[in-house]
Amino acid sequence: MDLDKFKVHGEPLIYGAMISIALATIGILVGLTYFKKWGYLWREWLTTVDHKKIGIMYILAALLMLFRGGVDAMMMRLQTAAPEMKFLDAQHYNEVFTTHGLIMILFMAMPFIIGLMNVIIPLQIGARDVAFPRLNAVSFWLFFMGAMLLNISFVIGGSPDAGWSAYFPLASLEFSPTVGNNYYSLALQISGIGTLITGVNFIVTILKMRAPGMTLMKMPMFTWSVLITNVIIVFAFPVLTVALAMMMFDRLFGSQFFTMANGGMDMLWANLFWVWGHPEVYIVILPAFGIYSEIIATFSKKNLYGYTSMVFSMLIISLLSFLVWAHHFYTMGQGAMVNSFFSITTMAIAVPTGVKIFNWLFTLRKGRITFTTPMLYTLAFIPIFTIGGVTGVMLAMASADYQYHNTMFLVAHFHYVLIPGAVFAVIAGFHYWFPKVFGFRLNERLGKHAFWWIIISFNVTFFPLFFLGLMGMTRRMYTYSEESGFGPLNMLSFVGAVGLAIGFVILVYNIYWSTRYMPRDTTNDPWDGRTLEWATHSPIPLYNFAIVPKVETRDALWSAKHENIPLYTDTKYTKIHMPSNTGKPFILGVVFFFLGFFLVFSMWIPAIVSGIGILVVLAFMSFDKDQGYYIPVEEIAATEKKLMRGETV
Amino acid sequence: MKKKGPLYALFLSLILLLPGCSSIAVLNPKGPSARTLSDTILLSILVMLGVLAVVYILYIFVLVKYRAKKSNEGYIPEHEEGNKVLEAIWIIIPIIIVAFLSVVTVKTTNEVENVAADYQDQTPLVIYASSSNWKWHFSYPEEGIETVNYVNMPVHRAVEFRMYSFGTITSLWIPQLAGQKYAMSDMLTTLHLSADTEGSYIGKNANFSGKGFAHMEFEALVLSNKGYEDWVKEVKETAPKLTEEEFKGLLATDYLGRKTYSSTHLEFSPPPGDHGEHMSGGGKEMDMDNGNPEHQDNKEIHPSPEPSSGTEFDSKPDPEVDQPLPSSPVDESTHEGH
Repeated sequence: MDLDKFKVHGEPLIYGAMISIALATIGILVGLTYFKKWGYLWREWLTTVDHKKIGIMYILAALLMLFRGGVDAMMMRLQTAAPEMKFLDAQHYNEVFTTHGLIMILFMAMPFIIGLMNVIIPLQIGARDVAFPRLNAVSFWLFFMGAMLLNISFVIGGSPDAGWSAYFPLASLEFSPTVGNNYYSLALQISGIGTLITGVNFIVTILKMRAPGMTLMKMPMFTWSVLITNVIIVFAFPVLTVALAMMMFDRLFGSQFFTMANGGMDMLWANLFWVWGHPEVYIVILPAFGIYSEIIATFSKKNLYGYTSMVFSMLIISLLSFLVWAHHFYTMGQGAMVNSFFSITTMAIAVPTGVKIFNWLFTLRKGRITFTTPMLYTLAFIPIFTIGGVTGVMLAMASADYQYHNTMFLVAHFHYVLIPGAVFAVIAGFHYWFPKVFGFRLNERLGKHAFWWIIISFNVTFFPLFFLGLMGMTRRMYTYSEESGFGPLNMLSFVGAVGLAIGFVILVYNIYWSTRYMPRDTTNDPWDGRTLEWATHSPIPLYNFAIVPKVETRDALWSAKHENIPLYTDTKYTKIHMPSNTGKPFILGVVFFFLGFFLVFSMWIPAIVSGIGILVVLAFMSFDKDQGYYIPVEEIAATEKKLMRGETV
Repeated sequence: MKKKGPLYALFLSLILLLPGCSSIAVLNPKGPSARTLSDTILLSILVMLGVLAVVYILYIFVLVKYRAKKSNEGYIPEHEEGNKVLEAIWIIIPIIIVAFLSVVTVKTTNEVENVAADYQDQTPLVIYASSSNWKWHFSYPEEGIETVNYVNMPVHRAVEFRMYSFGTITSLWIPQLAGQKYAMSDMLTTLHLSADTEGSYIGKNANFSGKGFAHMEFEALVLSNKGYEDWVKEVKETAPKLTEEEFKGLLATDYLGRKTYSSTHLEFSPPPGDHGEHMSGGGKEMDMDNGNPEHQDNKEIHPSPEPSSGTEFDSKPDPEVDQPLPSSPVDESTHEGH
């Protein structure tokens, strides 16, 4: 075996990364041992099947990845801040923008949203857990191990460098001979399987486990958005699975699906990638629409305007999302007819999206709007996302796209859509639901500081890119000449990026500060919420609801508070069935990680051993006789009594 | 929220100011195809500014009027289900806008996919543009000449580029003359353009193609008819022939300066079958062979750039001597770092 393959040569930056990863790992190991937390970690987190804890782990991982992807972004902006910069070389820059895209979409936005939905969905539909709690743990550990596999690529063997869309033949063994794109196919595959399982799990949860009385058209909007999102996941992710498998076969086993010779078709990859990739955009944006709907209703003290048209607009968006993939390659020469078809379907998405924007504005109308931190992000989303939307329509026009395609204009557009559409949403949702999960709010003053840094810097960073695109600057250029005239606007963009970084640091400092100093919330409902999650205690007991609530209206809690429609008809506790913790999902994840790692380096014997290991773990899981346990009535009564007094359990 | 007003005022003034300067290549077209695109873009910007204005006015109005104040403390808003008429309005108006833009799109897409209206009586000048590693080859089958990393064409003449690639997908883009189109290994794509102003324009590869991508620029020089004829004549008299040997050497090199030859590579390394054959499925052998078999053969001999270790260009392009052109304003910028 060739040890050279593991080495990443190069630069002080990479050695710095290696040292910091090593130090952090040692620090964590020493810390866990010193504070004797190994047992706690295993019992409470690694083996947990509790949807709330799994959700928290998703969010923690996503925050971590936000900073990893953010550092990538800073390096890119610094490298292009001035003409002929010598900060990164071409190869390193290519790896940085590739992993920036992969990490932000697949290992930051998606897990953040999946984390929020893990925590909130069962609460919002009045359920005690998700439909398949252990499968949920499997999902998380597969996602997490996939993310870790991609993250070690920078220091072991080299990262993927063919762009996050990994177009063939550039991503083939012929043109990318390093192991970077092996990491791509395997890390995405492993975490993608996790996502697919999540999709199935949440569809079943939402369809089968709603509280009595909650018909589909009485579900909170976030639940609706998550249901639709998971349907998209279940339809779209198998395409990615197949495409990645073909990519792996091409790169590891010498098949020729996407090569230039022997019947391979490079366009096939582009088609498969975007048949998954375009719906993927809506997978991260639709839940955001749900989050915003909840927040706007709560902080304007009004029910959501045009509920029915909101639901239908999301359904139409989800359908259209599968009919527009070719707009990602109008310039591939498929002719005016095909391009026109995809232009029209793409622009059609603007109609249901517009419906949502106007419904939100009319929800605000006649309301009583309070400007809390989550509401500020929501309100900032509307004008910024509209810019993203209208530039999307501009890009959808095939002819005009011949001039925007692959330029910074496109980069500006999708950041104007994805950052307000997904990142602001998860931050807003994070601030909004934080007190539900932890029992105290985040500091509002620090929250607003972070907000203004982020909003203003965001525009300073990405607005200049529209002009750079029209000036002819293409994306993924690691350097440019003085004469091109791209310098000043890129410098402005870099200044904005620094501001964004400051904003995110304040945001994280806020979490630290609030954990230490914020007063504990005793009301369980600090925002005067409307939906069921605010009906339970904060922090949430293991079983969520001691008594399962009954739903009469869309805003069940609001009706209970203001219209005297009682939430509970029963008053007596009954024993509650809960699943037992299990370490098998974690072990399965670890074995998958090793399988991925060995395959990346074509180390066949250990890979085969890991493959067999997966089958063994799966066999153990399927013969597991553990049917969970019951929480006895006395224990529930005791817990509830304590929680009523405002104690934590 | 109050800080946002001035911010957007700043952006709006930027939008209004910047088209004034000629550095916005896309909005400074020098030929009918690029002009169609520029007009389409400006039109769409205007329509979209209208949409933005409606949203922003409503947005500011509701935020100012319905914010929580001392005076409306304790006010609990009424339950409001929605309004069929209003919702219908914001469904129908966007549909009308999208329909209008669709018509514009279909019309302009067809326009730029064909020879521009004013030039339809001409037979277009065919130039094959192929990419390999991080360079462009331009073959003129009619004139029997070939250039590397620069292309010359006559003014007021319909030009038809036929693109393909000896490697990764690239995208040929001369922003001031036409929109871009991909060059791929297994088919031909066509790009129609014509220039109505003489001058030197920047052309580039717009699709990421690996390590040398940022340097993959070329000069597109539009000459007077007389100037073009003189140039062709001069090339035929002075430039060497492009032998198969020489061409294989070019393919294997990562970076090159300008080169000029008095014959083309099309004879011994023909381009792949065109897109039409692919899509129609008529040629059964096309799918198996991926275009012209000889083209494939050639690629197998020169499969890929060598995996490189360094950060600098590992093969310094030889300072090319045979440049029969007057130096042009973009000379320095197009060959920066070479």
